[in-house]
Amino acid sequence: MSELRFEGVSVRYGGHRHGLTAVDTVDLTVPEGRVVGLVGESGSGKSTLARAAVGLIPLTGGRILLGGQSVRRRRSRPPLQMVFQDPSSSLDPRMTIGDSIAEAVPRGRPGRRAEVIRLLELVGLSGDRARLYPAQLSGGQCQRVALARALAGDPRVIIADEITSALDVSIQGAVLNLVRDVQRELGLSVLFISHDLAVVRYVSDFIAVMYLGRIVEYGPADQVLARPRHPYTRELLAAVSEPVDPGDLDPALRAVADTEPADPHHPPPGCRYHPRCPMGPAVLDDRDICREHEPVPQGHPHLAACHFAAER
Amino acid sequence: MPSPGKSKWAGVLRTPVGVSAATLLAAVLLLAVVAPLLWSDEAAAVDTGQILRGPSAEHWMGTDGLGRDVFHRVLVATGLSVGLALLATAIGVLTGLLLGAAPILLGARAGRVVSAMVNIAVAFPGLLLALFFAVVFGVGASGAVLAIGFALAPAFARLTQTLVAKVSGLDYVAAARIAGLGRVRLLARHVLPNVAEPLVVNATVAAGSALLAFAGLSFLGLGVQAPAYDWGRLLADGLAGLYIHPAAALAPGTAVVVAGLAFNLFGEAIAKGVGLRSAPVVFRRRDRDEPVAPAPAGEDRRSVLAVENLRVTFPGGTAPVRGVSFALRRGESVGIVGESGSGKTLTALAVAQLIEEPGEVTADRLEFRGQPLHELPDRTRQQLLGTSFAMVFQDPMTSFNPTQRIGRQLAEVSEQHHGLGRRQALDRAIDRLQAVRVPAAARRAKQFPHEFSGGMRQRAMIGMGMMGSPALIVADEPTTALDVTVQRQVLRLLQSVRAADDVAILLISHDITVVRRFCERVLVMYAGRIVEDLPAADLPARARHPYTRALLAAVPDMSTELERPLAVIPGRPVDPARVPVGCAFAARCPFADEQCRGADPPLVADREGRRVACWHADVTGGRPMMAEEVRVGE
Amino acid sequence: MTALLSGARTLRGLAGNTWLHFAARRLVRLLISVWVLVTAAFLMIHLIPGDPVRAALGLTASPELVAERRAALGHDEPLWLQYVHYLGGLFSGDAGTSVTSGLPVSRVIGDRLPATVELAGFAFVVAVVAVVVAVPLGVAMAVLTRGGRRRRTELSFTSTSVVLGAVPEFLLAVGLVYVFGVRLGWVPVAGRSGLVSYALPVLALAAGPAAVLARLLRVETLAVLHADYIRTARAKRLPGRIVYLRHALPNAVTATITVGGLLLGAMVAGTVLVENVFAWPGLGTTIVESILAKDYPLVQGIVLVYGTGVLLVNLAVDIALALLDPRSTIKES
Repeated sequence: MSELRFEGVSVRYGGHRHGLTAVDTVDLTVPEGRVVGLVGESGSGKSTLARAAVGLIPLTGGRILLGGQSVRRRRSRPPLQMVFQDPSSSLDPRMTIGDSIAEAVPRGRPGRRAEVIRLLELVGLSGDRARLYPAQLSGGQCQRVALARALAGDPRVIIADEITSALDVSIQGAVLNLVRDVQRELGLSVLFISHDLAVVRYVSDFIAVMYLGRIVEYGPADQVLARPRHPYTRELLAAVSEPVDPGDLDPALRAVADTEPADPHHPPPGCRYHPRCPMGPAVLDDRDICREHEPVPQGHPHLAACHFAAER
Repeated sequence: MPSPGKSKWAGVLRTPVGVSAATLLAAVLLLAVVAPLLWSDEAAAVDTGQILRGPSAEHWMGTDGLGRDVFHRVLVATGLSVGLALLATAIGVLTGLLLGAAPILLGARAGRVVSAMVNIAVAFPGLLLALFFAVVFGVGASGAVLAIGFALAPAFARLTQTLVAKVSGLDYVAAARIAGLGRVRLLARHVLPNVAEPLVVNATVAAGSALLAFAGLSFLGLGVQAPAYDWGRLLADGLAGLYIHPAAALAPGTAVVVAGLAFNLFGEAIAKGVGLRSAPVVFRRRDRDEPVAPAPAGEDRRSVLAVENLRVTFPGGTAPVRGVSFALRRGESVGIVGESGSGKTLTALAVAQLIEEPGEVTADRLEFRGQPLHELPDRTRQQLLGTSFAMVFQDPMTSFNPTQRIGRQLAEVSEQHHGLGRRQALDRAIDRLQAVRVPAAARRAKQFPHEFSGGMRQRAMIGMGMMGSPALIVADEPTTALDVTVQRQVLRLLQSVRAADDVAILLISHDITVVRRFCERVLVMYAGRIVEDLPAADLPARARHPYTRALLAAVPDMSTELERPLAVIPGRPVDPARVPVGCAFAARCPFADEQCRGADPPLVADREGRRVACWHADVTGGRPMMAEEVRVGE
Repeated sequence: MTALLSGARTLRGLAGNTWLHFAARRLVRLLISVWVLVTAAFLMIHLIPGDPVRAALGLTASPELVAERRAALGHDEPLWLQYVHYLGGLFSGDAGTSVTSGLPVSRVIGDRLPATVELAGFAFVVAVVAVVVAVPLGVAMAVLTRGGRRRRTELSFTSTSVVLGAVPEFLLAVGLVYVFGVRLGWVPVAGRSGLVSYALPVLALAAGPAAVLARLLRVETLAVLHADYIRTARAKRLPGRIVYLRHALPNAVTATITVGGLLLGAMVAGTVLVENVFAWPGLGTTIVESILAKDYPLVQGIVLVYGTGVLLVNLAVDIALALLDPRSTIKES
């Protein structure tokens, strides 16, 4: 039982007037033993969702369930761990990597040292590295150690927040392979967050797309990628796969394509994507509904929050 | 292996300032302990026959109103002056630490109240606070210690707050919180050790301030009371007789200044030593002059840029760019790909003549629009580059001057190079902003950079390059800081500028998929050299260099096969300060042999003009690199 | 307090642009600071261990006298009522009565304040002039010594400014008195008589801050020269002079002004010591006399005056920053 469920989760920062709803009533499920990839642009709320899940940020609304039980209830060490983006800041520079890992091993367990060595070897580092400091390791190795530390708490769910985006390209592949191997070996549930659709595609069983604090599309990875139902997902796919071509766009489409991303402090009314949508009211006259009503996510198992999800 | 901090502390003592400051401080501290034990009697001895005498052999600094020896009194006063100052510092530092760590210890809400109070208190100068507390705690030495201690506390609390907030935001603290560490353990284990260095530095400087403040209070009569005496007290006594007997005032004054300086200088020396982390400079053999394949582009009027054997060197023998040759023609788009440290950005800056001293650029040929850049007189060169060479930098947030309006920053190009007046230049700027499709250009020209979004800023940056009539745009990671959809907008814009005005574009990126989608030709750089030069259409199938192929296989794209593990390139990128002999990629290459480790392969062109620098380019053929060929681990 | 906050909210509601926002926010902060200051001054004498009236009158005073004085000062009332009376008094310009002289505190302050304001004002002007001189010096130093060039110039500049900045104003004052008053006999060593008597105290107050600012400006300029936007300016092929004056200087100055504000605040407090060296008939000598005489109402009044002075300086600095750096109006809230 290690299904991770977000039910109507909201996170709000700041005060009444200048506040910002970073995550807005999000429902999302990470099925047991599966990898859910979460994509979205900066400011879409994906990292906030991750930090809320591990209790670093308080929820404003909704609840997060792990195997049917609220994460909040569990007093100590939730079986939910996180790996962070920046290898240079994810390990305490004044602690040996062995100590960093040992700290995360539940207390009172015998054989801590052996456990640290076992974990290091699990992530492909030899046990004698335990005495090194983070500054003596490469970025990729630091990420391996961070993964080992996360695994030390015997988690059932791992949240990986942009774990490869700060790495040199030649090292990314190794870390991705490792995440896949460890996930399969231990049967972990993983919420894998990245802005890079190609990376998400490579590791995920399901893909969720987030836009301005909302999940706009969710479904099995192959379906989302092959038959995206939300125009924003299509835009994301086009941005990473089509050649860059000035092209001869229709002026209305061009205007939409050049629209600035919305300010998360003032999300547009109705469908949040409508000012940028190539099939929305900015291009087609008969789509006032997008301005006025926020679409509800629909469809199973592949859901999309778009009034015109059926069309292309 | 010692903790990485210790060697830095030792390094402090190796600088001349560090040594002298440490010696001075040690002397002051020693004197503070020893002097009261040794000379208290001499200092207290009253000699009514020798009242207010000037310096003599018997009394080096003369005598005071009771005929006591001033020199000995100053020496003995070291104990009380330094001791009380240290005591006050300790009180200030401890109180400050507690207040500053309040957000962690008490939780966010109570922490906010504490920091609001600290922020108000810190606006008042220490001396004023000290006077305030002196009233509360009463006149006298103990009152003054408390007063100065509490007066130091707000500034120290503020510093602690800032440092703690910075460290608390780091991921390892978050990880420790997730692991269930309590507040106190979190503070003691992860936060305090990582803010200790700046705190120690500031505590040292604060001790200096406390010393001076104490002298001030005693001087005013609010500190140490007779018959006890410290330097401030001696100074106040001596000041009355300044006309007859200046030494009685000058001696304690000098003592205060010297001791204060000792603390300050030592603090600064530590700060410098701790902050200064010079990169290890390793001597590297000089490159032999290797045969360089001439750039394939012939001489023609469409040539925009011709570079041959471009080298960038830094003192100490590092050469991050080692003999790069390529050419660009009008309307052509060429990409340079490479990892960090490959020299791609320095190549761009060198071409743009933006390498700053002490870096040095040499080239056999460096021609822009047929003009040799190195030989042109300064004015002509600046004019040429200013009007027809545009740069776009990686971080649009920091690449604009934050204190000036966007319109002004564009307009000054035309004021400088086209002789336009302020008004016309601004009109041109608005026109250019429209050309790069910034909406409401006239209004936005009046805004400051922070009022623009990242994508808009990058557009404005491109618009800035188009103030003249550019023949070449060099874009250094122009989209790395942007979201993918915005990235596509910016690349599209560059593409349409290229198509409309026949502008050549040199795109620098770490992302081979971006380069492949944008450019006609791709240059792959590794350790300061071009290792492969091929048409973008030939990627991935016809890539010949093992590094290019490994790069393609290691980075997933939208067509990567899902069941296969990604290729892994073992080892790390080459540090420009330690480039190995032979092929720089040999240590990470599955095909490397003795020849590769012995000699650097030259960049050779084939019949189609594709170039590659690999001894085994033809042996390994165009076969894509398989994951099985690659060793596991790093 | 609540009224203040709700007032601020109304102001914010009205404010359409960032400047008004900034002004409203800054005003709220000033009012809160003044309130804290007044409260602290009020609490100051109640924090003193024991009975302040007894302490002021001395152990020999008869209990009747102490009781009478306590009643006169209102010390018999509950604390909150005293606080209300104190606030009310301040609003009507009544800061109490000096214990030693029996004169209203406001009158004593009124007599002494001009001398201190003159001193601080002159020092401020001199420091500003010195900084105006120091700005090009600091920038020139940064440009000349960047990248570790001209080590010797850098060293002598740095050490001079470190030493000047580290010598506290009252010691500098003593030194100046000795050299110019005692040895050379050019200027009077004490008192306030004629323009020439201002020279030494003003110099003693202004020299340190000017030196510190020049050094800081050099450090800031060096940091700014590495900024991306300087590279952009050079990529525009602007002449060096424009790069430094238009792009480097304003950014270096904004950082310097923040510290400069703190130094100016410290200068206001520094008058206390300098006045005592020169027997200057200002507030600084008065506050020390009244602390020693335990004349608490007078101390309270003077603390208020100094505190307000510092707050005004801080306000001026924030406004200057807002004018120079548009970001500072939206930073922090």
